[in-house]
Amino acid sequence: MSDLTPSDLTGLTIAEARDRLRKKEITARELTEAHIAAIEAANDALNAFVVATPDKALDMAKASDARLAKGQGLPLDGLPLGIKDLFCTRDVRTTAGSAILDDFKPVYESTVTQNLWDAGAVMLGKLNMDEFAMGSSNETSHFKPCVNPWRADGSSKPLVPGGSSGGSASAVAARIAMAATASDTGGSIRQPAAFTGTVGIKPTYGRCSRWGIVAFASSLDQAGPITRTVRDAAIMLGQMASHDPKDSTSADRPVPDYEAALGKSVKGLRIGIPKEYRIEGMSAEIEALWQQGIDWFKAAGAEIREISLPHTKYALPAYYIVAPAEASSNLARYDGVRYGLRVNGRDITSMYEETRSEGFGAEVKRRILIGTYVLSAGYYDAYYIKAQKVRTLIRQDFERAYQEVDAILTPATPSPAFGIGEKSGDPIEMYLNDIFTVTVNMAGLPGISVPAGFSKQGLPLGLQLIGRPFDEETVLRAAQVIEDAAGPARRPDAWWLGSTSAADAPKSPKAAKPAKMAKAAAKKSS
Amino acid sequence: MARGKLGTRHGAKTMTIQIRQENLIDGATGPWEVIIGLEVHAQVTSKSKLFSGASTEFGGEPNSHVSLVDAAMPGMLPVINEECVRQAIRTGLGLKAEINLYSVFDRKNYFYPDLPQGYQISQYKYPIVGAGVVTVDMKDGYSVEVGIERVHLEQDAGKSLHDQHAEFSFVDLNRSGVALMEIVSRPDLRSSEEAKAYVTKLRTILRYLGTCDGNMEQGSLRADVNVSVRKLGAPLGTRCEIKNVNSIRFIGQAIDVEARRQIAILEEGGSIDQETRLFDPKSGQTRSMRSKEEAHDYRYFPDPDLLPLELTQGYVDAIAKNLPELPDQKKARFIRDFALSVYDAGVLVADKENADYFETVAKGRDPKLAANWVTGDLFGVLNRLGKGIDESPVRADHLGELIDLISGGVISGRIAKDVFEIMVETGEAPGRIVDERGLKQVTDTGAIEKAVDEVIAANPKQVEQVRLKPQTLGWFVGQVMKATGGKANPAALNAILKERLGLGE
Repeated sequence: MSDLTPSDLTGLTIAEARDRLRKKEITARELTEAHIAAIEAANDALNAFVVATPDKALDMAKASDARLAKGQGLPLDGLPLGIKDLFCTRDVRTTAGSAILDDFKPVYESTVTQNLWDAGAVMLGKLNMDEFAMGSSNETSHFKPCVNPWRADGSSKPLVPGGSSGGSASAVAARIAMAATASDTGGSIRQPAAFTGTVGIKPTYGRCSRWGIVAFASSLDQAGPITRTVRDAAIMLGQMASHDPKDSTSADRPVPDYEAALGKSVKGLRIGIPKEYRIEGMSAEIEALWQQGIDWFKAAGAEIREISLPHTKYALPAYYIVAPAEASSNLARYDGVRYGLRVNGRDITSMYEETRSEGFGAEVKRRILIGTYVLSAGYYDAYYIKAQKVRTLIRQDFERAYQEVDAILTPATPSPAFGIGEKSGDPIEMYLNDIFTVTVNMAGLPGISVPAGFSKQGLPLGLQLIGRPFDEETVLRAAQVIEDAAGPARRPDAWWLGSTSAADAPKSPKAAKPAKMAKAAAKKSS
Repeated sequence: MARGKLGTRHGAKTMTIQIRQENLIDGATGPWEVIIGLEVHAQVTSKSKLFSGASTEFGGEPNSHVSLVDAAMPGMLPVINEECVRQAIRTGLGLKAEINLYSVFDRKNYFYPDLPQGYQISQYKYPIVGAGVVTVDMKDGYSVEVGIERVHLEQDAGKSLHDQHAEFSFVDLNRSGVALMEIVSRPDLRSSEEAKAYVTKLRTILRYLGTCDGNMEQGSLRADVNVSVRKLGAPLGTRCEIKNVNSIRFIGQAIDVEARRQIAILEEGGSIDQETRLFDPKSGQTRSMRSKEEAHDYRYFPDPDLLPLELTQGYVDAIAKNLPELPDQKKARFIRDFALSVYDAGVLVADKENADYFETVAKGRDPKLAANWVTGDLFGVLNRLGKGIDESPVRADHLGELIDLISGGVISGRIAKDVFEIMVETGEAPGRIVDERGLKQVTDTGAIEKAVDEVIAANPKQVEQVRLKPQTLGWFVGQVMKATGGKANPAALNAILKERLGLGE
């Protein structure tokens, strides 16, 4: 056992914890127990985990410790992670945040999570999310909204953690998971990362296997990590990514050593600033943040170039045709016939109607209706085909830009985190959250959101870097410039522990809460 | 399956097809022409399904050949089975069709309990096989060139079972995801006979290629039949589609009854509603399944889980190089090498097993004799026994041996018929039968002369008569054969008889 307090332990980055585990300064068991206790203490307030798997976590930690003791540690051995509930996990309930999957327990493991377990990682549980990853605030979850660990200065108003990977972002920011898997169809990794002061990278489409990830929009969905540092993002992505013959859209190319790409100078790197992202009504705060980012890159020796991505304004409307179209088809399988929720009816049609009426939430229904409409005879050409053409134009915009620049810098979101319930009544306003992120999905490019500063009210703000296809290395390397310049990551006040200052939290570690899960953990590991 | 977005009439590109009087249907107002096009669904011969590794074997326990993909579990993804692609290419080549190096899989969306994904993966705008042609030889000696519009790959659905429980329907997903080829013909057929001959020929080609077993009882081959009628020279009429007809006989019946139904409506001044109909073999009628208004909007769009299928010409060429001999080629060769009649050759190549059997029998022997034995005696026996050639009690090499015995003069043609019957019953080799039963032909002229002399001596009246009426010689032949147990060599016997009776050659 180390002399680190549980709070010290949960405050470690993946990189730090990995190195300490290898040096046997800490054990996977104590690291895992600290997280289990932290979850128990925080989850009532944050609602980040929808399923906790402490027994599984401790079993996995035990196996990690055994390997580490023999000096046979795997790349992620003993590191406790949270898993977005979109990833199918064997024998562990997987719902995608929807009532329609009921208590569905897959008999299979998604490729991405299997890669993580094969690398020795420890599974803490499943994380809250917008239903079927449709949302930007985690408010469409069947399991109630997840709460952002950050609060505005002097306020106790609950804020959204962003979405759809709200649980992932919240858990990582609150130090109840060292890192989390997430997925991004239109911004679902990067927007919540920006809202919670965490790092979120959506790799190039095809970099991570989609096999075993509940599908939202197949041509846009891509898995990636949410972490607290750029280095951790590099480490996690390196283990999540793989070529998978079970996913025909997975890229058959080797996974580079992303961590090795870090730390290299960005001198001479050409950073593009797309003028179309200077949207009307952009807040001065976001404008200033963006300028700050430009200045940091200049200072680091990078070259700043203004570029044009002329079709940007069509990206969001086109996205809201393509994504719902695919979703309307992808979600047809939830029919009550084979698994998940079934509400019996008079006949097969009424069974479908009853099951889907009860099982799907309002936002999912809205998107199924939009998607069905745009694919209908007579509308297909005007909507779906046109949106695909827009998509091609957006891709070409980026291709042209990348003849002049190596990466593109934009704000990650148009605002900091907003209050729960503030935007949920207006879908359009909610959709505008993704205005800076959807273009990246439409073009299939890698994009990262990095904490870059704070709003006037003390809420985290993020900048986004967009790279060339499969050039995650440049994206990560450039992201570190922002991270370094923005200064060490701040930890949100652990208000859920009943204390007012983050600094207090580590001082009352073991006394924090005599957690049920911690007890179960102790019993199991004795 | 019908594509709702296409026009209501048969394609306009139809080439001029000669009108044959015998194909016309007489109505009260004069003759009508029937226009027929078929969409044949042929199950691809492959070990595993189109997009999953599950077995395609027929007749397993319900839901015993179902992968996670076939059951459409969350997060499961299809991966194309390359063997099914190769089979589709082979089929296209066998139909003398264009192979499209670029094709796309689309989703055809509709809800049904035995369609787990809520969509069928099919090919819509860009099928793997384009235009081709099938030559169909008709009994009356003419042939029809049937245009193939396209062949595409698609998934089969599962099966709903409505008779297992009072309140619930059951679903068997064994067939879910099995690869089908939909072979779409142009509306080039003009009678039920032509349609039946076309499906028969298509099935023959598929069996030769080994791309579909053509087993209609097991549902490996089904047809959607499009039928319309028109007055001679009139524009094409509105068609009805008769779905899922599963035997060649029913295809013929469905066309005839549907054509007559349409003619009756039109002659009473009515009009044909474009609709999907079902053929009920029990009543022998077709009935409406759904109207054009009720037609599904399938919301086709490219399946984002699958990349477009891109082939190289080299890949296609390599498959083409290893294509087996096809029925038309085999028929031409049989006519050329074995000097068979067009009819005999046609009968023999209709079934590859028959053709192979014949070739074994005919190799190095008199082909005409071989053809007679195979198409006459053997097929007669198989017909009588209700057996296929693969269950023939007479082995091909045995039948060849029998022909050798005849040609070598070891047995007579008449004895050979008896030997053949014994072969049918016992499955034994003819040589052994002839040896064991002492059926060898007597060619020893001394023995035949002795028998002839005895018969002549015993029948003076008949001797007198034969000198006046030489055609009664046959009576003597019969008597001598009787005396020799049928073993006398007929040629030698004839010569000796004529000589002894003083009848000239």
